[in-house]
Amino acid sequence: MDWGSIISNALRSVVGLETVIFAMAAVGLNVQFGYAGLLNFGQAAFVAIGAYGLAIMVFFAGLSLWVGLAVGIGGAVVLALLLGVPTLRLRADYLAIATIAAAEIVRIAFRSSTLREWTGGSNGITGFDGQFYALNPLSNGTYGFGPWRFSERLTWVLLVGWVLLILFCVLVWLLMRSPWGRVLKGIREDEDAVRSLGKNVYAYKMQALIIGGVIGAFAGFIYALGRAAVQPDLYGTELTFFAYTVLLVGGAARVFGPVVGAAIFWLVLSLTDNVLAQAINAGYVSSSIMNPNQVGQVRFMLVGVLLMLLMIYRPQGIFGDKREIALNAR
Amino acid sequence: MPADSSFHTGVPGATVQNGSRKAVAVAALADVPREPGAPKPDPILVADDVTRRFGGLTAVDVKHVEIQRGAITALIGPNGAGKTTFFNLLTGFDRPDTGEWRFNDRSLARVPAHKVARYGMVRTFQLTKALSRLTVIENMRLGAGGQRGERLMNALFRPAWAQQERDNTARAEELLARFKLDTKRDDFAGSLSGGQRKLLEMARALMSEPEMVMLDEPMAGVNPALTQSLLGHVKDLREQGMTVLFVEHDMDMVRDISDWVIVMAQGKIVAEGPPDDVMANPAVIDAYLGGHHDAPLTEAEEQRQLAAAEAELEAEHAAAEGDGAR
Repeated sequence: MDWGSIISNALRSVVGLETVIFAMAAVGLNVQFGYAGLLNFGQAAFVAIGAYGLAIMVFFAGLSLWVGLAVGIGGAVVLALLLGVPTLRLRADYLAIATIAAAEIVRIAFRSSTLREWTGGSNGITGFDGQFYALNPLSNGTYGFGPWRFSERLTWVLLVGWVLLILFCVLVWLLMRSPWGRVLKGIREDEDAVRSLGKNVYAYKMQALIIGGVIGAFAGFIYALGRAAVQPDLYGTELTFFAYTVLLVGGAARVFGPVVGAAIFWLVLSLTDNVLAQAINAGYVSSSIMNPNQVGQVRFMLVGVLLMLLMIYRPQGIFGDKREIALNAR
Repeated sequence: MPADSSFHTGVPGATVQNGSRKAVAVAALADVPREPGAPKPDPILVADDVTRRFGGLTAVDVKHVEIQRGAITALIGPNGAGKTTFFNLLTGFDRPDTGEWRFNDRSLARVPAHKVARYGMVRTFQLTKALSRLTVIENMRLGAGGQRGERLMNALFRPAWAQQERDNTARAEELLARFKLDTKRDDFAGSLSGGQRKLLEMARALMSEPEMVMLDEPMAGVNPALTQSLLGHVKDLREQGMTVLFVEHDMDMVRDISDWVIVMAQGKIVAEGPPDDVMANPAVIDAYLGGHHDAPLTEAEEQRQLAAAEAELEAEHAAAEGDGAR
């Protein structure tokens, strides 16, 4: 087995495209779920709206990248309002149900053959990334050091992605140390108590939903540009659940929780993938037990087991405070 | 910070001579007729025709009620009388089917709960709502009203709210010291005992500098050692010029601290008056006991019932002896 390539692939995945995308989606969720306690099970829809907003405006409407970004952000705000206006006055579960349904509606709408002219149907859209890569100041070649050597295209998108991710983390840190963030955390604990202290709970929940959704849309921009394609089935419910996993692994309501969670999540996926594939190739695992095509499924099973272990032995996540979990048991 | 904040920060009873506000409240209520819906000399809250139905059940049907400013008013009644529902309606946590009520001459009907609180009428809950995963001091800071940093746009810029935060923190620390929670300052609120949570909830409500405090069963689930201290804090509220309306089941507490008692039964107000008058009122005894006066409410009543029971026992005894002799 080639441990060198296994390790180097794993290290690459720590800073890779998926890590950035899922960390960003999880930063959005962190604002909504981690701090405000909003059960948004439709983060995939916000990511999809961002990605498609950009792709449709640039490719089908022939407008500039900036218009695409504005439409993606605007779309996320509109989606948050659509979901929030009817449900945020109700109990928390209603938002969960509405968001999970809305995410599927969004995905199926982008996938439908009726809208093919505007969304590309199940094939999605490609060829909208030219303007973004034209902005790339890097010339052809590879950049980086050690295991982290990437092409100029990937370096550019990773650079933009990580800068945005850090900016969002700073934004979350600034917001959550402020009295505004305190109200949000209060709402997570008990919204009636916060209401009785004269805070407009509904407005705060709406703000949190919008901010988290817009950060999700940015994850969509990076997803679309990094892959140079949008494809409806990438924005299924598993995207949302991966983002939740990332958030819980890192520790909810911790500024860097999503970033560390995403790095660990994709590190473990890369490790299990490469180790299993190589073990099969080298004959350590008999093909009667597992063939190379099954590696993809088995690695998720292993990740599932790891997550269970984490939740049993460290339920607060990597950064969480054990005392907080103890309080929940009361 | 508002100019009147010194009101809440001083040692209890230091600004006004101890107990003097009780005398004022009792004197003001002395000539008020002892009947449901009695007009008060200086009402802070006036409610008319407030009804709330849940399907076929009329939970609240209050024709008219006035709450005297600066007094401690108890709202009592048997289980299911609609006390908490009435509380929820007054504070905007529930919507009435009909009704109108005015707080400081401002109509509060159908005003959302957070605005009611901002107008100076703040409540606590029967089941304490300490914000568990916030520290005690953060709970307190959250209580302060009009915080600039609670606006999203200001939140990012610390200088916009840092000074106000320091002032609020100072005030919170004074209140915590008064409520003997200062040693718990940086603990999670979820780690406090039931009684300490009640204290924290009351202290947090005071952070908003209310004019009227609505306490929903302040003694529920509090151990006896803390009861006296809680009672003292409720009395302090009156001494500082606040009006208190509270729901309570503990009759000793009601007798001890309230200036006026309002009795609800089956959604209606059935009696009003000073505590001792109300507890001797047949309508109240009926409300609690459904017309069967099994349990004594006053000492004289207890004596009378005991005597009656003994006489009955003796008669039975005599009858039994008579049977045995036959």
